[in-house]
Amino acid sequence: MTANGSQTVSTADSSGARSDAAMTDNAPLGSPRVDDAVIESRDLDVFYGDDQALHGINMDIPEHKVTALIGPSGCGKSTFLRSINRMNDLIDIARVDGDLYFHGKNIYDDDVDPVALRRKIGMVFQKPNPFPKSIFDNVAYGLRVQGKDDDVEEQVHTALERAAILDEVEDQLDSSGLDLSGGQQQRLCIARAIAPDPEVILMDEPASALDPVATSKIEDLVEELAEEYTVIIVTHNMQQAARISDKTAVFLTGGHLVEFDDTSKIFENPESDRVEDYITGKFG
Amino acid sequence: MSSESFDLTREESDVGGFGDRLARYVFFSCALVTVLTTLAIIVVLVNGAIDFFAEVSLVEYFTSTEWDAINETSFGIWPLIWGTMLITVGSAVVALPVGTLTAIYLSEYADPRVRRTVKPILEILAGVPTIVYGFFALSFITPILQTLFPGTGTFNAAAGAIVVGIMIIPMVSSLSEDAMSSVPDSLRNAAYGLGATKFEVSTQVVLPASLSGVLAAYILAISRAIGETMAVTLAAGMLPQITTNPLAEIQTMTAYMVQVGTGDIAVGTVGYQSLFAVGLTLFVMTLSMNIFSEWVRARYREEYQ
Repeated sequence: MTANGSQTVSTADSSGARSDAAMTDNAPLGSPRVDDAVIESRDLDVFYGDDQALHGINMDIPEHKVTALIGPSGCGKSTFLRSINRMNDLIDIARVDGDLYFHGKNIYDDDVDPVALRRKIGMVFQKPNPFPKSIFDNVAYGLRVQGKDDDVEEQVHTALERAAILDEVEDQLDSSGLDLSGGQQQRLCIARAIAPDPEVILMDEPASALDPVATSKIEDLVEELAEEYTVIIVTHNMQQAARISDKTAVFLTGGHLVEFDDTSKIFENPESDRVEDYITGKFG
Repeated sequence: MSSESFDLTREESDVGGFGDRLARYVFFSCALVTVLTTLAIIVVLVNGAIDFFAEVSLVEYFTSTEWDAINETSFGIWPLIWGTMLITVGSAVVALPVGTLTAIYLSEYADPRVRRTVKPILEILAGVPTIVYGFFALSFITPILQTLFPGTGTFNAAAGAIVVGIMIIPMVSSLSEDAMSSVPDSLRNAAYGLGATKFEVSTQVVLPASLSGVLAAYILAISRAIGETMAVTLAAGMLPQITTNPLAEIQTMTAYMVQVGTGDIAVGTVGYQSLFAVGLTLFVMTLSMNIFSEWVRARYREEYQ
């Protein structure tokens, strides 16, 4: 991989999606304005120290859909995901330029409380990370922190049910979350994330540490979750993106969003040659 | 590559030769020194204690509430244990909260630069000779106590407890901070991702997850307070008595041993032999605490992936 920023521009240019190459530097191809966008990214740059991890990301993420972020390692897809709920704030050297709107409010405005934001935008991580607490307390944690624990028993049950793990753990709610298998732990983490009823769920390669059976359970779950939540999922598994997502964003080459469109369009007839190369496995 | 073949047999090769085997024995002997010293200490203590208990009954030792072994009149250990407990509990009240909060600050709140500066400074505190802490108590803490509570004596348990507490804060904070820093970030991220504040992450996630290490630090620090000698001898005095008044003079087991060891009691007398009985009692107490600390650490350790 020797591609760099200038090649990105020329690729964008040659594909002819936009007429003015100078104005559309890094703009994704075929990026439609979405009317029901819940998250709108505008010229979002993210830096880690002197390294720029994301370059001018523009993206409208629709409500109640599954949006997949795909691309090779180090392409910035996880960085973008973490900038949506401001988890990057926790990294001292991370810095964000540009705007990211959640329901029209720029979450990088000074008056935005990242803690309040994260209560609206839940997250599931790459490796299952249950707390060393009981299964029940794991799921109840978000409810308690957010003061939504009026009827915690029922809410925990509902969340476990929605995360398709209730049947497996119903009799052992008091045992440690760490005693579960990896796939169960990840569904427990999903239950924990959805228990406080966020609007958006961010998933950072949630199945990458799991076996195929556990992975397929997570995939089924993601599709169901999209009925009630907006799901944004990072994956480096293209088949997974093709199976479960409605929209797909392809990140390439050190933090550029190259193409963002309906998943069927991306996988069947991408605008960009480089996306096609990536999808068909010629690189990355 | 050259075509020369390597000789891999032990006799022919220079690798792992005599020097290497010698090193093994040198290292082993050094390790042996500490083990033998510990064994020797136990033998000496037990031997002396056997001589003592030939003169004094175990029943008196463990039931009498009077201690005046120097004049060989009464041999009840409880006043000394009581003195030690007053110091230990008092110092724990000072050190555990302050040390824990310091550890949380260093692990969760402090800028890495601050942490790199403050932690070594705290550890220097642990290197100050304990006699200096004793003088600090005598010349600084006791006068303050005397101003606040006019009845306070020159020697009093409170000053001893406070200064021992200050002394063991670095131990509590440093070991607890180690335990907290080893809590994986994935747990912090999980809590932040659920909309927890930094305070909630620190107190509800990091502290419980590091509990085994924090408790082990507590027990080791308490064990250190039990065994502490010079500071309490200087600050808390030499009057063995069971009192609930922290402003009164007391004597700890260690201070008694200093008194006998530095006094002019004839070797071979019961008063002299009491040194070994008290020493053995102290040894058993601190050893049990250290074993308990290891047990807690092993029992409550959480295994993270």
